[in-house]
Amino acid sequence: MTERVTATTTPYTIGRPPFRPGDDADFGGKFVEQPGDLNRPDPAKCDAQDTVAHASGLIRVLDDAGVASGQWNPQLDAETMIQGLEYMMRLRIFDDRMIKMQRTGKLSFYMRSFGEEAIAIAQTMALENQDWIFPSYRQPGAQFVRGRDMVSMICHCIGNTEDNVKGRQMPVHYTWKEGRFISISSPVGTQFSQAVGVAMASAYKGEDEVCISWLGDGTSAQGDYHYALNFASTFKPPVILNVVNNQWAISTHANLATGGRTFAERGLAYDIPSLRVDGNDFLALYSVTKWARDRAAAGLGATHIEVYTYRAGGHSSSDDPSVYRPNDEFKCWPGGDPILRLKEHLIKAEMWNETRHTALAKKIDDEVMASYKAACEFGDLASGPYPPASTIFTEVYEEVPWHIQEQREELGK
Amino acid sequence: MTQMNMIKALNSALEVQLEKDKNVVIFGEDVGFFGGVFRVTDGLQKKFGEHRVFDSPLAEGGIAAIAMGMGLNGLRPVAEIQFADYIFPAYDQIVNEIAKVRHRSGGEFTAPLTFRTPAGGGIKGGHHHSQSPESQFTHTPGLKVVYCSNPYNAKGLLTASIECNDPVIFFEPKRCYRGPFYGDPHNVPTWNDHPDAEVPEGHYVVPLEEARIVREGTACTVIAWGTMVHMCEQAIKDSGVDCELIDLQTLVPWDRDTVVNSIKKTGRCVIVHEAPKTSGFGAEMSASIQERCFYHLEAPITRVTGWDTPFPHTTEWDYIPSPARIAEAIKKTQEE
Repeated sequence: MTERVTATTTPYTIGRPPFRPGDDADFGGKFVEQPGDLNRPDPAKCDAQDTVAHASGLIRVLDDAGVASGQWNPQLDAETMIQGLEYMMRLRIFDDRMIKMQRTGKLSFYMRSFGEEAIAIAQTMALENQDWIFPSYRQPGAQFVRGRDMVSMICHCIGNTEDNVKGRQMPVHYTWKEGRFISISSPVGTQFSQAVGVAMASAYKGEDEVCISWLGDGTSAQGDYHYALNFASTFKPPVILNVVNNQWAISTHANLATGGRTFAERGLAYDIPSLRVDGNDFLALYSVTKWARDRAAAGLGATHIEVYTYRAGGHSSSDDPSVYRPNDEFKCWPGGDPILRLKEHLIKAEMWNETRHTALAKKIDDEVMASYKAACEFGDLASGPYPPASTIFTEVYEEVPWHIQEQREELGK
Repeated sequence: MTQMNMIKALNSALEVQLEKDKNVVIFGEDVGFFGGVFRVTDGLQKKFGEHRVFDSPLAEGGIAAIAMGMGLNGLRPVAEIQFADYIFPAYDQIVNEIAKVRHRSGGEFTAPLTFRTPAGGGIKGGHHHSQSPESQFTHTPGLKVVYCSNPYNAKGLLTASIECNDPVIFFEPKRCYRGPFYGDPHNVPTWNDHPDAEVPEGHYVVPLEEARIVREGTACTVIAWGTMVHMCEQAIKDSGVDCELIDLQTLVPWDRDTVVNSIKKTGRCVIVHEAPKTSGFGAEMSASIQERCFYHLEAPITRVTGWDTPFPHTTEWDYIPSPARIAEAIKKTQEE
């Protein structure tokens, strides 16, 4: 577990991030925790006390040399791993293009998943198609796994006439019912406790469904996080609750956000099995999520997972992290790059090579650019067309009530 | 028809819904085995089972979130917030999430659900068991806001609320659970033999968006909701003025035609609510009425409300609009 750096001063303690701009970021090069450190309990029998070590340690499958080992190795076939790699590359390239669009005024705002691509992708791949995805804004990658069309995603980010949420929400606040990807909202953490209700409804109806949700280390201070854990502990519905500890909540490091131990360990106090996983290790993420789903399917209820990662980019297009942390901190952080780690593993296993990788990256980039062009056919940010102004007034209620109808007539559109 | 007090009538509405729709589930603090601190859910767990009627942990924010999640996934939850004063931990979930999810998702996701919550004063509840926070919700697009006043409309409005595909905040005037209240704490009648306590046992609806004309009159329109409907009845009697009394019943969306037609007839209007005056729903009514009825008005629109102070404990009868204050306001409209 990472030791928390704190500065004890009177009259109270203020935490410190490990490094500030100008510091020489040095995390000691490697994680102490290695694949094989932790056993994989039987998911159909496991209770919280069987996961004490897992909540303070770090579940890993890929070691620093890219070799997979240990009980948590999901033994995925080449096709699945290459598919995972492709989804992650797709998200990285998509994000890189979209942030450039934002920088050149073609999107109003953007949020990348940079450094965290493995999370939603590996975890969604480990689930079944009928399972509910209840994301925060840094899990858009789940949509690639479920097959959402890129054009439709870009139309949303532009907010044009084909935006399925009709220009009502900021970019990256995706909704996609067909993929059971529930609407993202800006207030942080609200989805976590709602996810417990979604899962309770699945259980009530007797459906073989789980609901997975995520929030960040910063957001885990919100009441909604604790409501979620307590209600999940009480009712034991099939829900997978992930704290993505990417260490930074905008400029506030996790050391300033809690005085506790690991985020995972909090779940033990709620008697929920709790795992801490290397969030840049595709195979470990896949494995713990599959394990959590198996538990849920066995009727044992919730699993709480701390996904330990690093937010490699800014919080959003409006953020400049160089003001509050060293620019090269991500490169020094031992978790590495999730895409490079899986790529290295595949190359080592002779399932993949640089030529194929470069060709795939080019193909995806072409697809992103073509999708952007196709999306602009339905309107671009500068000149539209946008959804008609009448969409301001519709779907506030099932039917437009008289007072909103009057206001629509006042606008005259 | 059966004689029911408001508690029995609400209980009957819930029972009919539980029988009718397997997607209806009821939860909240103490609503399960115990049947609710005001007994509204009495016997329902025993009849319909622990999975359909159950106690929740004591966390209104969690209750609201769970209800939304269930609503998103096809259920039709009816959650109780034990006192309206305690709805505020759930405010973010209600205002930012539940109210907006249909709109923000382009209509792909909705959360049809009802929050029942006892509200209002007159039970010596002090600051935090007496408030009437309807205007905190009428200001939020996406919510319907309903306020019942008697057993008959309580059951019919609750039924309509549960069957509505929009989220509804349903206020129950706790002072009137066991009887109407005319302002005299030493003489509190029960609902026995009251015409509005004649309640059908089966399914019926009092449509949302429709106000109820309690008493027809020609000299002044009095608009009220909840406990204030009964206080106004008394005040009208005491004033000797031939008032038309409107029980608004649904605040959002309110019944424009009934209100406007009445004021065009009477030319005078008094709005009564027990919540504080500033930014109370009376302010919205007053502004909307003058926009529509200005040239028909013979006197200024008057509000009789709770004061702009926290709700008091032992001095509550000087806080709640009394029949005397209301009658005075009614008489004043006749002087112009």
